[in-house]
Amino acid sequence: MATYILRRILSSIPVLVGILFVTFTLARLIPGDPCRAILGEKATDAVCDEFIHRHGLDKPILIQFFIYAGEILHGDLGNSIRFSKPVTDLLIERLPTTLELTLAAMAFSVVMGIPLGIISAVKHNSAVDVSTMMVANIGVSMPVFWLGLMLAYVFALLLKDTPFQLPPSGRLSPGLSPAAFYEVWGWTASSPAVQGLLEFISRLNMLNAVLTLRWDVFLDSLKHLILPAIAVGTIPLAIIARMTRSSMLDVLGQDYIRTARAKGASRRSVVLKHALRNALLPLVTIIGLSLGTFLGGAVLTETIFGLSGVGRILYESITARDYGVVQSFTVVIAVFFVILNLIVDISYTFLDPRVRLD
Amino acid sequence: MSEQITQVAILDAEKVRGEKPVTLWRTAWRRLFKRKSAVLGMVLLGFLILVALFADVLAPYSPYDVLIGDEDVRARQSPCIHLFGCPEDQPQHIMGIDGNVRDEFSRVIYGARLSLIIGFTTVSFAIVIGTMLGALAGYLGGGTDNVIMRVMDVLLAFPSLLLAIVIVTVLGPGIENALLAIGIVSIPVYARVTRSAVLSTKQMEFVEASRSLGGNSMYILFGRIMPNSLTPLIVTATLGIGTAILDAAALSFLGLGAQPPTPEWGTMLSAERNQVFTAPHLVFYPGLAIMMTVLAFNLLGDGMRDALDPRLAQRGE
Repeated sequence: MATYILRRILSSIPVLVGILFVTFTLARLIPGDPCRAILGEKATDAVCDEFIHRHGLDKPILIQFFIYAGEILHGDLGNSIRFSKPVTDLLIERLPTTLELTLAAMAFSVVMGIPLGIISAVKHNSAVDVSTMMVANIGVSMPVFWLGLMLAYVFALLLKDTPFQLPPSGRLSPGLSPAAFYEVWGWTASSPAVQGLLEFISRLNMLNAVLTLRWDVFLDSLKHLILPAIAVGTIPLAIIARMTRSSMLDVLGQDYIRTARAKGASRRSVVLKHALRNALLPLVTIIGLSLGTFLGGAVLTETIFGLSGVGRILYESITARDYGVVQSFTVVIAVFFVILNLIVDISYTFLDPRVRLD
Repeated sequence: MSEQITQVAILDAEKVRGEKPVTLWRTAWRRLFKRKSAVLGMVLLGFLILVALFADVLAPYSPYDVLIGDEDVRARQSPCIHLFGCPEDQPQHIMGIDGNVRDEFSRVIYGARLSLIIGFTTVSFAIVIGTMLGALAGYLGGGTDNVIMRVMDVLLAFPSLLLAIVIVTVLGPGIENALLAIGIVSIPVYARVTRSAVLSTKQMEFVEASRSLGGNSMYILFGRIMPNSLTPLIVTATLGIGTAILDAAALSFLGLGAQPPTPEWGTMLSAERNQVFTAPHLVFYPGLAIMMTVLAFNLLGDGMRDALDPRLAQRGE
């Protein structure tokens, strides 16, 4: 198994290099003069020559690629022109919003999708099954941005002044500005890296609220999260429900299930213990692979719900031609994606003994 | 070779019983019609194709017509349907009026044309390139396979919508570039499907037979192996059209795809997104249209997968 894991890790290295190469090439292909895009239209030729020399833009393209790769490996993601600060700072600022949204959406889709799939499989071909699958089909066909806007319309306007009213934008109600947990606890960071980490964690609003025991803030951020999380989570929910169903149907038809029933195990225990455990295997992959859907959905959802996360900044940077941010964020997201797939693949060897034999 | 054998068998069978031959396609077709969801998908799709074809006849107005001066209507006016109690003396606009005082219904109808074109062109582009790459990778194996599939892995490493966004940024916004970007992003899926189909078909005896009869590589690959790898491709493509339409709408929504005043559903929705609280109909109908179109392809694709793959059909998915 160790060799399998090692081989799998090694095989993702070319992919990582490929990602760097693709983002590098795409950034170089963007029309326009990088100097004037960064320093402004009025930059003189002398200033530009100096700029080009300083950033190594006069070196052969291959050397430029190695310089770029080296910088990334050292954790230097470059600077944002628009915000005039390092991209890493922006990541610390914005990533928690997206992470919180993604986790909430994931929780929503898993918690709803798996039980729906189980019920559909157990009551195969019943009215419940048919209607669940129809709804699941509609769910995968909905544009995320449309669902988001319609949810905002229903919950913020139609249900206004009812207990179901939910806020259509932002992460917290105006006026709430909770202190970071490390400040409350009186911690001081020993180095910039630790400081960055502390800040990153404190920006996960719900976690921070728990750490500082601010339940009002916790509830408020939860309320703000519900609509965007439903919008992002609906497509994966539908996919998960369908996969759970087909995977459960597969397992439920096997001999060992009949054996379990025959030896007197209750139907409930057979479904939940014997069958579900095996049916969950393919779901690990599906949930892992859905992360792309979650991230793509986050870009669209953040622009609708006024959340300043990674997706929103990526979109804004594209319109503002802030290419450093586009390039770095794309790299970070893709690398994150590859690592996650790696984890999913490796977790398979632990979950499914058959994989180890291959 | 195998076809000839089947043909002979069929002729015999016809002689014996005078019945129609049972081929893979015929059984698949029959199985497809047995599935309610697939039939619903076909009906929906047929309806959409008719709407797209006869948009000129069905739409009461031109999608670009600004109605100021012609009629007494306001921008973003709510739908007026005579059947549902809208006074007869007012002009009928069943989906209301958009922000530029155009008839929303006519624009939604013309949008069907564009969406179907978008779906078919992107997927055809991705299929042609993806199939070629996948077939070569699967058939040649070794180094070629490794290089092609690693490149595909890199493309797959990006969340597809993000990669499409970045590609459109490089190419510049616009409907053609958005289509190209979505096409590029979908290539790896077809390459993978084709490769695995070719890998499994390549082992079969009829391929060996064809080779021993002296067929050259390209003939064996495209004349013998590919036709037998078609079924997974057809299914993936049908489902892929839905995804392509969704992605194109998303790009348009972000302002990177079709540009106003093109009657494209994503663009129309995007233009009125800030008016969702005051004019929800302008967001609701284009989105509903996108959903219906994608749903049609998804239902049909699911049905085709079950019909063409008996192994999956037994699972009852």
